Amino acid sequence: MKTNTQIKGMEKLPTGIAGLDWVCDGGFPKNRTTLVCGTAGSGKTLFAAQFLAEGIQQTNESGLFVTFEESPDDIRNNVGSLGWNVPLWEKQKKWVFVNASPRMEEQVVGEYDLTAFLVRIEKAIKEVNAKRVVIDSLGAIFSQFTIETIVRRELFRIVNALKEMGITSMMTAERDTEYGRVSRHSVEEFVADNVIILRNVLDQERRRRTLEVLKLRGSSHQKGECPFTILPKTGLELMPISFIALEQKSTSKRIRSGKKEVDDMCGGGFFRDSIILVSGPTGTGKTLLASEFIMGGAKSGERSLYFAFEESHEQLSRNATSWGMDFDELEKTGKLKMVCCYPETANLEEHLINMKRVIEEFKPQRIAVDSLSALERTAIRRGFRDFVLCLTAFIKKQQIAGLFTSTSPSLLGGLSVTEAHISTITDSIILLRYLEMAGEMRRGITVLKMRGSKHDKEIREYTIDEKGLHIGAPVNKVTGILTGHLKYLSKEDALEMSMSESEA
Amino acid sequence: MEEKPEGVFTLFVAGGSSRSRTAIASLRQICAEHFPNDCDLTIVDVLKEPELAEEKNVLATPTLIREKPLPSVRLIGDLSDKVRLLAYLNLPSHQASEAKSQS
Repeated sequence: MKTNTQIKGMEKLPTGIAGLDWVCDGGFPKNRTTLVCGTAGSGKTLFAAQFLAEGIQQTNESGLFVTFEESPDDIRNNVGSLGWNVPLWEKQKKWVFVNASPRMEEQVVGEYDLTAFLVRIEKAIKEVNAKRVVIDSLGAIFSQFTIETIVRRELFRIVNALKEMGITSMMTAERDTEYGRVSRHSVEEFVADNVIILRNVLDQERRRRTLEVLKLRGSSHQKGECPFTILPKTGLELMPISFIALEQKSTSKRIRSGKKEVDDMCGGGFFRDSIILVSGPTGTGKTLLASEFIMGGAKSGERSLYFAFEESHEQLSRNATSWGMDFDELEKTGKLKMVCCYPETANLEEHLINMKRVIEEFKPQRIAVDSLSALERTAIRRGFRDFVLCLTAFIKKQQIAGLFTSTSPSLLGGLSVTEAHISTITDSIILLRYLEMAGEMRRGITVLKMRGSKHDKEIREYTIDEKGLHIGAPVNKVTGILTGHLKYLSKEDALEMSMSESEA
Repeated sequence: MEEKPEGVFTLFVAGGSSRSRTAIASLRQICAEHFPNDCDLTIVDVLKEPELAEEKNVLATPTLIREKPLPSVRLIGDLSDKVRLLAYLNLPSHQASEAKSQS
């Protein structure tokens, strides 16, 4: 990860935690203390442990863990499941504990300071040549030593000592509410110039974890709450949303959609790095179009990844077979990978991270997501938009073409909620709609938007049979298709239409 | 059988600060007055022996750990407050002990 040294101001230490260094514009301020505040269960201790673990694994920097609450054994066990072998690191002198977990009750007789604590910290730092220190948590110090003025004075001393030793440290502190004062005992006022808040908010019956950089003294950082998730194998991972858009290169290279008529309607195919949204009510052939997209890729020797959130692997293969496409063969030859799961099995953040992982492993040139609206069921509105933004940015950066499907709720006309949220994010929008014409349900396709290119503005009728999708002539004698209120332009047209039908 | 000392104390101090001196003096007085024959008093300077502070999980200085007589007691502070000190150590005040010895 690249260090983003500020021209003027603070040097940064990359933490190595996925996404965090971007949010902090390079990492934590070097040789300084960063305070991490959060309510119970917000992930503070894990965050602290990860700060040390990433230091050891990525930059070979040793760390000291000062624990006031859990015993070192508890911490060793708890993070063991993340694949962090703390006992081994302790043997290798990369990790050391100062165990300040609760002991026998101490009575106060006269004045005291916490010199013994400071001395223990200094000794442990020297022992492993630590560059990173975490203290978990400050709230526990306040409950062990009840004279607040003494604790404040001593913490101030410790923070200064760490700074002089060239240590980049993280201290955790408790919060009482998700949106209230920064921390219990207002430690942020005297401990650190740098404050990060972890939240675990219940929003529309779902837990949403976010991280907010409240301040990083003397340096820039991203503002606002950034969603994150805690993964069973790798720990904390952030989803920086706005990273997006800015660094995307755009290409004028075209790829085949898999359907010549669709390519023509789009002015010569999709763009290599574009995101196409295919929207339509149930039964209009979205999955079919997505499958054509994959076949189109296979014909040009490209690898495709199919994320299915509505249908099982068997169903998809069977569908494809019925249209004359052999998905099983494509999978065997490594041209296709299908990932099928129910949206409810994970929250959106987890889905995103899983998808990113699969993409990184499989390295496809095309991705189909069928459907986005199924995923939307598991999300709160804001979270969903963030999800689409992140996914879009991620796949564009790798020059992957993405085709997302979205089910519109009404059979005739109308935009779905999904589209309303993400239509500005996608490069192209293809609408599939039912047309009620002369007492018959027909289907119409149109390219609503094609960023950076001319495209067919007409609505064309299409049919679906055992050979797939067939796009026909423009339906230019009716209006109101998109609104669902169809009107013939004139009586004669209506008559002609029904005449031609009876002929057919 | 060897006679075990009646009082076993470990006092953790940080160097020769005034708090350290006050605590040491105070504890010596306790030893002299209450355990005149057999008081085992260890003074640990955490600046010189931080590993002992780690072993006993000592954070504050001065910290007094009384291992005997049981029950063990942990006190923090410069031990300047005699009344509380004796109360926490569950020892009679000096006057009271004199009165007891006279009777």
